[in-house]
Amino acid sequence: MTYKTLVKISKDLAAGDYSSRELTQDVIADIKARDSIYNSFISVSEDLALRQADAADARISAGTADILTGVPFAHKDLFCTQDHTTTAASKMLEHFVPPYESTVGQRLLSAGAVCVGKTNMDEFAMGSSNESSYFGVVKNPWDLMAVPGGSSGGSAAAVAAGLVPAATGTDTGGSIRQPASFCNLTGIKPTYGRVSRFGIIAYASSLDQAGPMCQTAEDAALMLNAMAGFDEQDSTSVQLDTPDFTADLNLPLQGLKVGLPKEFFGPGLNPQVAECVMTAVKQIESLGAQIIDISLPNLELSIPAYYVIAPSEASSNLSRFDGVRYGFRCDQPQDLMDLYCRTRAEGFGTEVKRRIMVGTYALSEGYYDAYYVKAQRIRRLIKNDFARALAQVDVIMGPVAPTPAFDLGSNTKDPVAMYLEDIYTLSANMAGIPAMSAPAGFVGGRPVGLHIMGNYFNEAKLLNIAHQYQQITDWHLQTPATNPAKGA
Amino acid sequence: MALENADIDKIAILARLQVTPSETSDYANSISSILSLIDQMQQVSTEGVEPLSNPHDASQRLRKDEVTCDNQREAFIALAPAAQDGLYLVPKVLD
Repeated sequence: MTYKTLVKISKDLAAGDYSSRELTQDVIADIKARDSIYNSFISVSEDLALRQADAADARISAGTADILTGVPFAHKDLFCTQDHTTTAASKMLEHFVPPYESTVGQRLLSAGAVCVGKTNMDEFAMGSSNESSYFGVVKNPWDLMAVPGGSSGGSAAAVAAGLVPAATGTDTGGSIRQPASFCNLTGIKPTYGRVSRFGIIAYASSLDQAGPMCQTAEDAALMLNAMAGFDEQDSTSVQLDTPDFTADLNLPLQGLKVGLPKEFFGPGLNPQVAECVMTAVKQIESLGAQIIDISLPNLELSIPAYYVIAPSEASSNLSRFDGVRYGFRCDQPQDLMDLYCRTRAEGFGTEVKRRIMVGTYALSEGYYDAYYVKAQRIRRLIKNDFARALAQVDVIMGPVAPTPAFDLGSNTKDPVAMYLEDIYTLSANMAGIPAMSAPAGFVGGRPVGLHIMGNYFNEAKLLNIAHQYQQITDWHLQTPATNPAKGA
Repeated sequence: MALENADIDKIAILARLQVTPSETSDYANSISSILSLIDQMQQVSTEGVEPLSNPHDASQRLRKDEVTCDNQREAFIALAPAAQDGLYLVPKVLD
């Protein structure tokens, strides 16, 4: 099945070229044989997957199959899966078996998709390199010395390695787009509220949004069709009809207005990454788009404001891990305070504890206005910047990250250096707008993504642009086996 | 803003995290550098700007106050690290 798209697998299943059971068995055997190289999976759900595959085969025979019926995928291990461990890549939840399924998971199951396992990630989705996982670092299939990006690094590596055709991810500050960029995938963070957060372990609730990580824009549109939709169980889910995200894929780009914010091309951006992005922009211009220089003046403030808001919300969300109701509990607690403090000290990793402490401090008496409220005011300035820009242009383009994937271990000693890597992705979460990454070339054999941001609920436009770009380029068809750096 | 070890000890208690003496300075250093990054926010005036807590400026949607799912006490209690007779066990709170 290696590197077959969802569209191709769906056609093969419908034609009876192989059954979902055969495919699922192959996929799981492949993960078992090859994932020791990448460490992209935390667990494989073989029994559940085979049951889902059998049900899918029955639907295909009965002629009641949807397009994703029988198609394998993997979940980031942040999505609760009923009867299968969900760890958030933390010792805290190492043995946690959720009693319910996330809404996204339920929707994919209803569509007949087959979940083969749970992918590695930064612990509680806090990180940009997948190096904070309790279950070990993930290696980038394009270059085993490089990080896959984070926090959805396992999902990215699993798809890039050809282990699964698609995976779910979540994006709080870039966690779908940056690993998609680092691993040559097409990944989209939808508009805040488009996809239900119910059953996804919360990091920063006003920023978190789930989306697909795929090989093509067309596949991403199909996955998003299944994942998106209003959910009563998520109080911030937006009550809007979900369009067919594949409907606009073939629209021409004639007359499209593309904004290039000067702040995305300033000092700090690797010149070769800039070249890849500008080449892609020129190709989109050749399809009839008009390129317009714009400005997002408060972009730089997205880093400090994000690193107040996200840790503050995390410190609140993660207060539920108390060693009483579920998850890890320390041995021999002396009293209740000791139970809480040691359970959390032993159950959480360093980066998670650091963010909890930053958030606790920012929310504490005497600092709340100077930090949390100030950050929320800056958040509005960032939203206003996008509103002004998107009144003038249809979409905004730029790089996803300042560099291609960096070396494993190169940023782990200095959290601030790691945070600065998020400069181009954070602002879309702050504003809540949809944003995606699509493959746009290579620097030193490591992939580079094109960042496309658009107006609220306009995911279809982003996917349309990425799909049209993928009709005239073949970056998205490159696989690590054909990595130019390896001379293959 | 630079944090002292004593500040870390205070934050750790508020956050219900045990921090060992050997970890305290590391946290003080790394969190101080994060706070210097955060302090860049003070460069810009936000006077008259309303705080934004939800990207759509939406408020919490409420539902009717009625029972919408069955009691799942057994399923939830089964997840507890320590439970007895359908109750969560914790160290003794009152003497």
